[in-house]
Amino acid sequence: MLALCAMSRITRKDVERTAELARLSLSDDEIEAMTHDLGRILDHVDQLQALDTEGIEPTAHAIPLATPLRADEASPGIAADLALSNAPLQEGYAFVVPKVIEGEDS
Amino acid sequence: MSDNPLDRYEVVIGLEVHTHLKTNSKLFSPAPVRYGDAPNHDVHPIDLGMPGVLPVLNEKVIGLAIRLGLATHSRVNTRSVFSRKNYFYPDLPKGYQISQYEEPVVSDGWLEIEVPAVSEGGGGNGKKTGGTTIKRIGVTRAHLEEDAGKSIHDVAVAGADGTHIDLNRAGVPLLEIVSEPDLRSAVEAGAYLRTLRSILRYLEVSDADMEKGQFRCDANVSLRLWGSEEFGTRTEIKNLNSFSNVEGAIGAEIIRQAEILDDGGEIQQATMAYDVDRRRTRVLRLKENADDYRYFDDPDLIPLLIDEELIEAVRADLPELPEQKLVRFRDQYDLPAETIRILVASRPLADYFERCAAACTSVKAAANWIGRDLRQALSDGGRGIENSALDAETLAVLIGLVEEGRLTAKNARDLLPELVAQGGDPVSLMEERGLEAVSDAGVIDEWVMQVIQANAGAVESVRAGDDKPLNFLMGKVMKAAGGKANPGEVRTRLVEMIRDSA
Repeated sequence: MLALCAMSRITRKDVERTAELARLSLSDDEIEAMTHDLGRILDHVDQLQALDTEGIEPTAHAIPLATPLRADEASPGIAADLALSNAPLQEGYAFVVPKVIEGEDS
Repeated sequence: MSDNPLDRYEVVIGLEVHTHLKTNSKLFSPAPVRYGDAPNHDVHPIDLGMPGVLPVLNEKVIGLAIRLGLATHSRVNTRSVFSRKNYFYPDLPKGYQISQYEEPVVSDGWLEIEVPAVSEGGGGNGKKTGGTTIKRIGVTRAHLEEDAGKSIHDVAVAGADGTHIDLNRAGVPLLEIVSEPDLRSAVEAGAYLRTLRSILRYLEVSDADMEKGQFRCDANVSLRLWGSEEFGTRTEIKNLNSFSNVEGAIGAEIIRQAEILDDGGEIQQATMAYDVDRRRTRVLRLKENADDYRYFDDPDLIPLLIDEELIEAVRADLPELPEQKLVRFRDQYDLPAETIRILVASRPLADYFERCAAACTSVKAAANWIGRDLRQALSDGGRGIENSALDAETLAVLIGLVEEGRLTAKNARDLLPELVAQGGDPVSLMEERGLEAVSDAGVIDEWVMQVIQANAGAVESVRAGDDKPLNFLMGKVMKAAGGKANPGEVRTRLVEMIRDSA
């Protein structure tokens, strides 16, 4: 998590690693700018860290609602043809993607 | 050095089980959960990761998660949080999987497994005693998450250059159940999985059909020298989809790791796959950097809050669990331990037995017929007990005919395949087919006399005190009777008439 980096200013390496994980290709200038900007965001968070939050439950969501729930009733989704309509390649109702090496998933 | 690596190393195993929850619709979308449909026929824009959609939680999964939590003596957390697990893979259209991370719905439980007892003496040299012992295995946590779609790599389907993506499975509700590293052998791992599967089925949390991918297992395996306190470096074997694969993969991984350690090498943390044909594990990828999924709370979803009242309502409604049923059956029925184990292994089978036994004069006969002959007939016909056309009460009628001596066990057994497939009334079937056992003493005596006269040599041996040819003579009489004579009666008459004919 990014917040963990707040103690030490964010480094160029952090940005490169984050960009890689997010599959973003950044130019040198962009990495430079991003390192600076993210560092400033973290500085701002640092200021918030100064507040005493002892005994306060972390906020997972800003809206204090009960979990909205849905009854377990199946209804048709969308037609397969429609689901596939934007796919560059399809075959036998399957999306076709470039060969993936088996097992490389998580 | 001995050939068995387990003489030198202790194996430490933790299991992660992904089980499909028994729902009509998906975790966050109303698309149906079905198996075997054509690709991409059970999808909703939410499953496809279309922009602008919002996931809404399926309420049924909450009760199912609570059931599993209670059955595994776990804590059901009144607050749990859905997080995004971010990674890129073609069968994950959103680019993240909605899962639970820091705050799972269920945590800190255990279940008990029955494993072969090993005598004291420690090390890998403990000997099996033949008995069994109960071992408690920690359940670290269970969390809700959505399944990913399916990638079809098979060249016959997808060709050499492509991979096919089917998103019918995307969004199917899963519970991931994580054990503590408390398992110490492939056999224990198998016992844990069977126990867990039986609990899931009893509770109707999951059908847990491995062939349908409803119950999948990853195994974390490491070795350490006997007596060592520290865990060795572990590897994770992914996607084990049958009990024999789990046991085979763990066995293969033990051998692989032991070879490295014996040579003074170090185990590298890695994700492994099991090659069933070669019975070997192979490295899929090294975990040089620990997997970094950049989990964060999903802003589309509010934390799941569960009332204590709901937990208590689910608890009150919990069915009898396998371990409880086992104890009750032992108390209530005078049956061999192995028979009880077979009957209790599946809740429908146990229920069927109890209905049949109630309608039967003999509990033992009901247990034997169900435990052996009925199960055989079902498995030969490729059926489960749930879709047997022969109900428990009708089976009791059939058993009654055998007990009364009106139908021989063999003829009754021969009727079973037809009865489980099509149903029917045993009495009228017996009468239509002329199978009713002959109990007319005169007729039986006639068959016995023919056989005695035609087999003088065998008869002579019996008379001389050798009982072995008796079975041969029995067979001859039964054949003459067309299988319709009561074997007990035939035997009695055979012995008497051989004696008297001396």
